[in-house]
Amino acid sequence: MPDTPGKNAIEVRGVRKVFGAGEAQVAALDTVSVSIRENEFFTLLGPSGCGKTTLLRLIAGFDFPSEGEIMLYGQDIAPLPPFKRPVNTVFQSYALFPHMTVAQNIGFGLEMLGKPRAEIDARVAEMLKLVRMEKLAKRRTSQISGGQQQRVALARALAPQPKVLLLDEPLSALDYKLRKEMQIELKRLQHETGITFIFVTHDQEEALTMSDRIAVMSAGRILQVGSPRDIYDRPAERFVADFIGETNFLDAKIDSLDGAKAKVTLKSGATIAATVAEGFKPDGDATVVIRPEHAKAVKGQGDISGIVETVVYFGTDTHVHIRLDDGETFTVRQQNARGAVAAFERGDRVGIVIGDDAAQILRD
Amino acid sequence: MATAAEIEKQAEQREIRNRWFLSAPALLIIFLAASGPLVIVLIYSFLTPGPYGDVVWKFSTDGWMSVFLERDIFDDTLSFASAHITIFWRSLKLALMATVATLIFGFPTAYFIATRSERTRDIWLFLITIPFWTNLLIRTFAVLQVIRNEGIINTALINLGIVNQPIQMLYTDFAIMVGMVYVYLPLMVLPLYASMEKLDFRLVEAGYDLYASRWQVLRRIIFPLVRPGVIAGSILVFIPAIGAYVTPSVLGGGKNMMFANLIELQFGQGRNWPLGAALSITVMAIVMVALLVYVRNTSGSETRHG
Repeated sequence: MPDTPGKNAIEVRGVRKVFGAGEAQVAALDTVSVSIRENEFFTLLGPSGCGKTTLLRLIAGFDFPSEGEIMLYGQDIAPLPPFKRPVNTVFQSYALFPHMTVAQNIGFGLEMLGKPRAEIDARVAEMLKLVRMEKLAKRRTSQISGGQQQRVALARALAPQPKVLLLDEPLSALDYKLRKEMQIELKRLQHETGITFIFVTHDQEEALTMSDRIAVMSAGRILQVGSPRDIYDRPAERFVADFIGETNFLDAKIDSLDGAKAKVTLKSGATIAATVAEGFKPDGDATVVIRPEHAKAVKGQGDISGIVETVVYFGTDTHVHIRLDDGETFTVRQQNARGAVAAFERGDRVGIVIGDDAAQILRD
Repeated sequence: MATAAEIEKQAEQREIRNRWFLSAPALLIIFLAASGPLVIVLIYSFLTPGPYGDVVWKFSTDGWMSVFLERDIFDDTLSFASAHITIFWRSLKLALMATVATLIFGFPTAYFIATRSERTRDIWLFLITIPFWTNLLIRTFAVLQVIRNEGIINTALINLGIVNQPIQMLYTDFAIMVGMVYVYLPLMVLPLYASMEKLDFRLVEAGYDLYASRWQVLRRIIFPLVRPGVIAGSILVFIPAIGAYVTPSVLGGGKNMMFANLIELQFGQGRNWPLGAALSITVMAIVMVALLVYVRNTSGSETRHG
C-alpha cells in the first residue's frame, strides 16, 4: 500500500500469525503490511474472525507474530513483552480491576511505571476530569454503569500517555444512544490528547464516522486502506463494497482503460465512465459497483432499465428496488424532500441514470 | 380484607417456618454429632482420672492445671510444663510451615491447571485427586520409604558421591513437614483452583498492558482476586495439619510428637483422660484463635468481589 509522507507511529511489515501446528494450522493474519501515521484515528474494520483483533493483540504484545516486524517509531517492538511497550489498550470487556476503585484503576499504569505519588494523583485527577468522572473517583468499578466503566477504561489507558492507544471494539457493549455519545467523546479525546488511536470494529458506520483512515480486513488480509470516503466511494474489492454500505454490482466489458479512468459497456449496451480500483488486471470483463444514492431513477430512458419491485420509505430517504431487464436487482436511494410525493410505484417501468462519477471497477 | 403487603408478609413467615422445618434433621445431627461430644469432652476435662484410665466423677481442675504446669514429684512445686509447650510450639510451627509450603507448591500448580484448556483441566484435576484413593497410612509409609537412610534419596546421593553417609531426614521435623505437605497438597490446590478458574484472565492482560511485570501482576492482580481461595485452602490445610496424628507418629518417630500424639498418649499409656480432654480443648481454642486472626488479617476490603 502506498503511503503519503508523514511520520508513521506504527509500521506493520509482512506480519503473519499462525495459530495451532501441523495440519490444524490456521493463519489468523496472512502477511499483513500497513503503516499508521502519527496522531491518526486509524480503524481496523472487518467481520469477526477477519484478524483485526489478532493484529491489535500483536501490536499490544499479548501475542507474538509468527513472521514479520512491528515498528513503533522505527523500533521493532515485536519481541517485547506488553509491559515494555509504550502502548495501552482499551479492552472490549473494559477489564477494569474489580478490587480497586476508579481512581486506583486509572493510576495503576503510572504506579507500575514507578511514578511518584504526587504525579500519579495529579495525573489521575486530570484524567478523571478529561472523562468527566471526578465525582466517582472513590467508587468501585462494580458500582458504576457500563458507560462510566467505558470512560474509566479509557482514562486508565490514557493516563500513562501511551504513544499509541489501542481500542478493541470498545463501544460494542453499549446501547445505541450511549454508543453515539461515546463516538463523539472518543473523537474529542483523540483530538485533545493528540495520541494515535487504533480502533477495531465490525461496525461500518462507526468506522466511517470516526476514522481518519480505515483498513478493511477479511480472512487475515488487509483488502484496502483509505479514508472513509475512499473506502465508500472507491471500494477496491467486492468484499469491501459489500461489507460497507449497500451496493449494486453490474457486469461490464472494458472499452478503454486510461490509468484510473475507464469506459465500460454494460449488458444493456449503455456506455458509462468509471474509475478503476488499484491493482486491477484488465482481461475484458469487469465488475462495476454503483452506490444506491449515486444513481438516479427516471421515468424515461436511462443507462439501464427495469421494473420497480418495492418502494421502501426510510424517513430521510426512500429505497427503490428495481428488477433489471437482465434479471439482476438494482437499488436506488432517493432523498426525501418535504412534500415530495412518492415518484414511483410497484410495477412502474423506470430508467436508471448512472452519473459520470458514480461507477467503480473492482479489481476482483 | 388482607392487603397485598400482609399476604406477602404471611407468605414470608410461612417460608421461614418451612425453612426451619426442613433443616431440622440436619441441625439435629450437627448438634448431636458435633456439639454433643464436645460437651462430654469439656465435662471430662474437669473430672479426676481413674486408676485404669476413664474418669472418676469428682470435680478437679488438675487436668487443666497440667496442660501448662507440672508438679514436681519430690517437692510438689509447680513449674511450666515445658514438654507440653514444646509440643504446642512444634505443632503450631509445623502446621504453619506446612500451610505456607502447600501454598507455595499449590499456587503455581492451581494456576497451571486453571490456564489449561477446559478438557485437559479435568485430567489434571483427576490426577490431583488420585492420592486420595490410597489409605493415609500407606501414603505416609511411602514417604518414609523415600526419605529413610536407605531410601531412594540417600542412596542416590551416596551413589552420586554428593554425600559420604546418609543424611538423617527420617524422624525429624523436616520429615513430618514433607509428609504433611505431600498429604495435604490437594486440599490447597482444589480451592485455589476453584478461585483461579473464575479469574478473568483478561485482567491479567490488562495488568501487563499497564506496565505491570509478571511479579507485579501476580502480587497486585492475581493474588488479591484469588484471595478467597488462598484463605479456604489455608484453613483446609492448617486445621488437619495442627491435629495431624499419623504423619508425626510414622515420620516423627515418637520423639517428635505433635499435639495429637500427646493427646493420644494421655488417653492411652498416660491414663489421664481429663488432661487429654483439656489438651483437646486447648487445640481447638488455638485453632479458632489462629483462624480468627488469619481471616481478619487477610480478608481486607479487597477480597469482596464477584
